[in-house]
Amino acid sequence: MTSPIIPLTKTAKDQSTWRFLMNELKPRGKWLTPFNLISIPIILVGLALIVIRFTEGLGAVSNINQEIPWGLWKGFNVVTGVAFAGGAYVLTFIVYILKVDKFHSIVRVTVLNGFLAYLFYAGALVLDLGKPWNIFNPIIGNNFGASSVLFLVAWHFLLYIVAQLIEFSPAVAEWLGARRAHKLLSGLTLGAVIFGITLSTLHQSGLGALFLMASQKIHPLWYNEFIPILFLVSSVFAGLSMVIFEGSISQRVFFRKISSKNRESRNSLVQSLSKICAFSMFAYLAMQFLVFIHGQHWDLLNTPMGYWFLLEMIGFVLVPMALFFYASRKSSILLSRVAAIITILGIILNRLNVSIIAFRWDAAVHYVPSWMEVVVSITIILIQIWIFRWVISRMPVLDESPKWAQKASH
Amino acid sequence: MTIDRRKFFKSIAITGMTIIGVNASGAPKAKSEDEETEFYGILYDSSICIGCQACEKACAKAHGLPEPTDKPEVGVVRKTSENQRCVLNSYETSQGEVYVRNQCMHCNEPACAAACLTQAMYKTKEGPVIWREDKCMGCRYCMISCPFDVPKFEYGSTNPKIQKCDMCYDRIIKGEKPVCVETCGDALFFGTRRELVAEARRRIAEIPELYIDSIYGERVAGGTGYLYLAPVAPGELGFDTRIQPSSYPALTKGFLYSVPSVFILVPTLLLGIHEATKSRKTKDENHD
Repeated sequence: MTSPIIPLTKTAKDQSTWRFLMNELKPRGKWLTPFNLISIPIILVGLALIVIRFTEGLGAVSNINQEIPWGLWKGFNVVTGVAFAGGAYVLTFIVYILKVDKFHSIVRVTVLNGFLAYLFYAGALVLDLGKPWNIFNPIIGNNFGASSVLFLVAWHFLLYIVAQLIEFSPAVAEWLGARRAHKLLSGLTLGAVIFGITLSTLHQSGLGALFLMASQKIHPLWYNEFIPILFLVSSVFAGLSMVIFEGSISQRVFFRKISSKNRESRNSLVQSLSKICAFSMFAYLAMQFLVFIHGQHWDLLNTPMGYWFLLEMIGFVLVPMALFFYASRKSSILLSRVAAIITILGIILNRLNVSIIAFRWDAAVHYVPSWMEVVVSITIILIQIWIFRWVISRMPVLDESPKWAQKASH
Repeated sequence: MTIDRRKFFKSIAITGMTIIGVNASGAPKAKSEDEETEFYGILYDSSICIGCQACEKACAKAHGLPEPTDKPEVGVVRKTSENQRCVLNSYETSQGEVYVRNQCMHCNEPACAAACLTQAMYKTKEGPVIWREDKCMGCRYCMISCPFDVPKFEYGSTNPKIQKCDMCYDRIIKGEKPVCVETCGDALFFGTRRELVAEARRRIAEIPELYIDSIYGERVAGGTGYLYLAPVAPGELGFDTRIQPSSYPALTKGFLYSVPSVFILVPTLLLGIHEATKSRKTKDENHD
């Protein structure tokens, strides 16, 4: 108990800490993998474009205009990305609040994913800001625009990043071998989880509430006063579909990291997640249906935008919902993954519809993202994957915690 | 350890309360300002306007913007831009050719100011809605929210500004009239909103064959500082008829007001469930 919080910061061990961190920063294994060969050039181009964006202004890189001021970086990286990071709050609810222990093996990787997603989407936001040096204005000083939904969302982003960092911090402590800190940080988990779930319910819906004032700018099939609730409910299956999808990839890429016990339990996990997805999608569809009936937009269905709406609702919600139900019945992991991928596409479609496609659908000049915007969007995601991979292969995220940490938590 | 945890919860509660407090304090303040002061506004009479563009040119000069080169033409819709804070447009209507001036409407309850998370967009107590450069972070949420599509962003700049009419706020606080009103003969009329409405009513009553019996801006979007007298309905003059007659910030009120209750109810519920599941688990362990 007398050991310092982080033993490695002791002056005597200073050099070894440094060496340890330097060693950990080096790449592991061969680096000429197909993923690296594709991602490195894209990232380099993306970084160059980011430099251009800051030296020449937003207009040099982006196609956003006076009527459609939010483009791909906000509509895709922020509004869509945050929905996919929703898996973290759903899983922490299941594991730490409902205490369903079988999901314990995937909660850390999901929280890590969520944390990185928020961090990088906040980064995407900085790129998109005209005056990013003023980003701290709503956080400090007397510039609180408290009547703004965006004010709420900004604060929640910040606080949720901190909450997720606390939720993930025991893994960092285990990696550094800091036992005292591990004990302390583990004690904070429940508080961070409760705080985090509360923040999530508010900002997942808040992202939808951002568009409430754009009432006549968004096509009536997508605009309604219930956007916040629809965004919140859809974030449940968006996040869990991402967990299924990401799990299917990391199972292959980080095969050796996952213990054989956890590998076996994966199938039953995916089955349970499929069921949760299916039910939440059913709830979502029912709400969409009620909203549609309430809005009395039958005549709009027989227009191009109406077909687009039906495609989203049937092709990308109803169909994957049925697939999820069927997959959990037949316990077919392959079908679950297919359903997850369709659901992910559907969420992208939905969020882009609200924020970009159906936004000023009647404008004379339509917004189509430039190739440069697309490359920067992909760059942000690729850098996120790089860091994700770096953390996974070093910290106990997918594999079991060290023995001392397991003992401490029981 | 338990004390640590308790302390932690306490700090969470305090953080939560500050957020609630901040959120709750925003609304009533604005209301009391509303009651105390009278907003200034501008009345535009399209039956007098001859489309000479003197106001456009004076505006550009006063705000260091390039002088407009194009002229109002029937069939061409000119729009305000990052280089032009106000434009004149010409429409062929059922009552012949009519000029309309477009600029910031200076809403009583501006969507842009409610949207702004740094109070850079700000409804002054004198009435003009102004933009404050040192506060703005360039998120462009004001542009998303404004029903009239007024705020314009300098996409070509590395230190971009939002350009929009500020009713010459710097002149108003000195007791002067906005440059456009100063320049214009009679089509623009400056005064408190109450005076403007009375003046508009008087004109309608005096020459009813010249105007429709309605003042655009009196109710639209919850009432605006700019008021229009016209011989035809606003729909014929390029105004978006889908703009709602009530306040835009009211659309987010329900969501924002639910925040404090969510902050109290959700953590309580979660803690409750946590406690319930915990006791069941220890029972299970006892059976073992």
